[in-house]
Amino acid sequence: MTEFSPRIVAFCCNWCSYVGADLAGTSRLKYPDNIRIMRVMCSGQVFPSYILKALELGADGVLVAGCHIGDCHYVSGNKKAQERVETLLRVMKTLGLDPRRVRLEWISASEGMKFASTVKEFVEEIKELGPNLLGVR
Amino acid sequence: MTNIGVYICHCGTNIAGVVDVEGLTQKVAKLKDVSLAKDYKYMCSEPGQDLIREDIKNRNLDRVVVAACSPRMHENTYKKVLASAGLNPFLLEIANIREQASWVHLDKEKTTDKALDLIKMAVAKVRMDEPLTSLSANVIQRVLVIGAGIAGIQTSLDIANIGFDVVLVEKEQSIGGRMSQLGKTFPTLDCSACILTPKMVEVSLNPRIKLFTYSEVEEISGFIGNFKAKIRKKSRGLDESLCTGCGLCQEKCPTKVPSEYDEKMGKRKAIYTLFPQAVPNIPVIDRASCLYITKGKCGVCKKVCPAGAIDYERTDEFIEEEIGAVVVATGFDPFDPVSKEEYGFGIYRNVITGLQLERLLHAAGPTKGEVVRPSDGAIPKRIAFVQCVGSRDEHANKYCSRVCCMYAIKNALLIKEHHPESEIFIYYIDIRAFGKGYEEFYKRAQENGIKFMRGRVAEIFEEQKSRNPVIRADDTLLGMVTENELDMVVLSVGMIPRSDSSKIQKMLGLAASPDGFFMEAHAKLRPVDTLVDGVFLAGTAQGPKDIPDTVAQAKGAASGALEVISHKTLQLSPLISEVDERLCRGCGDCKDVCEYGAIEIVTLDTHKVARINPAICKGCGACAVACCNGSIKLRNYTDSITFAMLDATLGGAV
Repeated sequence: MTEFSPRIVAFCCNWCSYVGADLAGTSRLKYPDNIRIMRVMCSGQVFPSYILKALELGADGVLVAGCHIGDCHYVSGNKKAQERVETLLRVMKTLGLDPRRVRLEWISASEGMKFASTVKEFVEEIKELGPNLLGVR
Repeated sequence: MTNIGVYICHCGTNIAGVVDVEGLTQKVAKLKDVSLAKDYKYMCSEPGQDLIREDIKNRNLDRVVVAACSPRMHENTYKKVLASAGLNPFLLEIANIREQASWVHLDKEKTTDKALDLIKMAVAKVRMDEPLTSLSANVIQRVLVIGAGIAGIQTSLDIANIGFDVVLVEKEQSIGGRMSQLGKTFPTLDCSACILTPKMVEVSLNPRIKLFTYSEVEEISGFIGNFKAKIRKKSRGLDESLCTGCGLCQEKCPTKVPSEYDEKMGKRKAIYTLFPQAVPNIPVIDRASCLYITKGKCGVCKKVCPAGAIDYERTDEFIEEEIGAVVVATGFDPFDPVSKEEYGFGIYRNVITGLQLERLLHAAGPTKGEVVRPSDGAIPKRIAFVQCVGSRDEHANKYCSRVCCMYAIKNALLIKEHHPESEIFIYYIDIRAFGKGYEEFYKRAQENGIKFMRGRVAEIFEEQKSRNPVIRADDTLLGMVTENELDMVVLSVGMIPRSDSSKIQKMLGLAASPDGFFMEAHAKLRPVDTLVDGVFLAGTAQGPKDIPDTVAQAKGAASGALEVISHKTLQLSPLISEVDERLCRGCGDCKDVCEYGAIEIVTLDTHKVARINPAICKGCGACAVACCNGSIKLRNYTDSITFAMLDATLGGAV
C-alpha cells in the first residue's frame, strides 16, 4: 500500500500570508508538496462554503491564512475570518465532520519560516487523521 | 469557445532545475480550452514577451496563463503584454510555480505534478475571468513626507524643485534628524552641519514646502492619489507667529535638565531649541520640567520675552491635509546597550555609546568638540571601540547595521588627529568597509596607528579607584583571552526601528520585515515602494543605511511619489465588489461590514438596493461574504471561480 499523501488547500490572503509563502520560496525553505495555494484578497473573503466545498471535493485539510489580528490590510477582514472559521469549526463537530481538518493561522509577510513550519505541521497532523472519506465518491 | 495560451517559464534553472518543463508543457497542451502551451528560458525577457504578444495576435488567444514566478513579481509586466496586444489585461492568470513549487520542493516528479496542478487551477480561473476596465480618479497633486531627517529633506526638496507641493511633517521641534546630531561624516570628514544646514534652510525657504514641525501624523485615510492626513501640531507653549527666535527665554530659564538631543552628555533648559541652527529657530517649553507649569512658580520666560510670545495655556491644533502620495522617512533609533549587561553601559560612567561620542565631537555639542571622560572630565588617552553592539548578535539583532565600522574608524581617526599620542583600539568581528572610498579610509586608519583587535568582547568591568573600564576579549588572531585597561570605551551601537514605528505601520497598513524595519515591495526591484499603492519609503525607516545610500533612496522615493502625482488622473483597480440589483433586497448587512463606507443603501421606486462607490471600494470582499442572498460578488473572485479552481485541483476536472 502506498503511503497516504494528504491533499491540502490553503486560502492565503494577498497581503500577508501569500507574501509569507513567497518568502518561504525566496528563502528556499523546504516544505511538503501536498499544499495548493489559492490567492484571495483577504482572509475575510473566504466564505465558509469554500472550506466545505474543498472538503466535499476531497481535500484532506483546509488552511485559511491571513494577516495577524490588528495588521489586516482591510482593517478587520481577519477578525471576520476568525469569527466565521471558529463558528464553522463548532458546526462541523455537530455535523459529524472533523474540525481538525480546518486550520486558521496568522502568517505575516515576514514569516516565511512560519508558513513552512505550519504546512509541515498540518501535513503531519492530517497524516495522523487519515484520508477525508467525504472525498470517496 | 475559449482559446487559452499557457506560457511556462524556465526562469533559467530556477524552475527548470526541478520541474520537467518540457514534459509539463506537453501535458498542459492537452488541457481543455488550452489551444497552445509553450515554454521559454526567460518569459519575462523581451523575446519571451514577444512570444506571447505574437501568439495573441496571430493565434487569436483570448486568455493567457503564465506559469512562472510569483504574481507579485511580474503580474504587471504580463498585463502590459496583453494590453499591448489588444487583449484585456484582466484575462491573465499567473501560476506561481517558482516560489510555490521549484524553490520549496526537491522531488522532480512530485514538483512537476504540483506545477501541473497550479496551472490547471489558473486555467480554471482564467476561463471564467471577466474583462475589466480600470476606473479613473482625480489625483491630488501633493505629497506628504513624514520625517524631516536627511531622507525626508532630500525627498521634499526634489519634489518641490520639480514643481510640486509637499507637506513635510517632523515630530521633533527642528528638522535635521539624526544627521544633525553627528559631528563629522565618513569617509570625507565633512562636518555634518556644513552639508546639512544649507539643505535645512532651503526647506524653510522653499514656497512649495509646507513645513509642520513638532507635529505628528495621527491618521491617514483614502487611497492612492486621494489620501487625507490628520496632523497634530503639538503646542510649543508659545505663539509661533510672534516668536523671533532671539533666545532670551532660553538664556534666562533657571531649570536645567539632561538633554535628550545631546544623548544626556549635556544639559538643556526647560524652554529650549535643539541646537543653535534649528529650523525653525523657535523653542519649545518642556511641560514636564517647566517650573511655571509644574509648580505655578517662575514665569521668567514670559517676563523676559520681548515679543510677548509665551503662552503656557496654548493647546494642540489639528490640521487636515489632502495629498496624493506619501513618503515615509521616519528614520531609526540607536540600539540601547543597557540590555547588553556584559558591557556595563549605564553602570560604568566611562562606557558611552557611539552617538554620545558624536555629541562630544560635535563643534556645537556640550563640550564644543572636546572628547572628555564623563567621570572626571579628563581627556582620555586610551580609548577602545566595541563593534557590533546590538548588531550581528543572536541575542539582540541578527542584521548588520552597516554604519558602525565606518563611524568607529572615523571617530578613531578624529581623536588621533586631535591627540596623536592617544592609543586607540577597535574590537571587531569583521570590518565592513563596502562603500565608495571606505576601504581606503580603513587603510588610512591602519596607517595612522589605530589598532584593530579581532574578536568579540566578552565583558567590560571597571577598576574601582581609577574608574577605568577594562575590556576582556577573546582575541581570535592571537588565540587567547586578553585584558586591556582603558580610559574610555565607546560602544558602536547599531540601528533599530524607531520606537513608534508600529504606530506608523498600522496607520498606513505597511508590512514589516523580520528585522522590524518597514518592508519594501520587492527587495531588489522595488526598494522604495511598499505594498500599499502610493506609499513609499526613504532612508533608514526601511533598514540600516549610511548617508549616501539614504540620500540616493530619498531621491528614489521622490521619483516614485512624482510618478503618482505628476498625472492629473490615475487608473484604479477594477477588482472591486459589485451588486446585482435584481437580487439585492437592500438589507444593509453589506454596509455594516464595510470598513470604508463604500456602500450606500438607496431607495428605488419600489424597493431598496445597495450601491457600491467604485472609487472607495478596495475589493476586500467582506460585503460579498456578508450578503445572505449572494447578490454581491467580488469581481474575478466569485464563488463559481473558486469552486472551479478547487475542482481543478481536487476533483480531477480540467
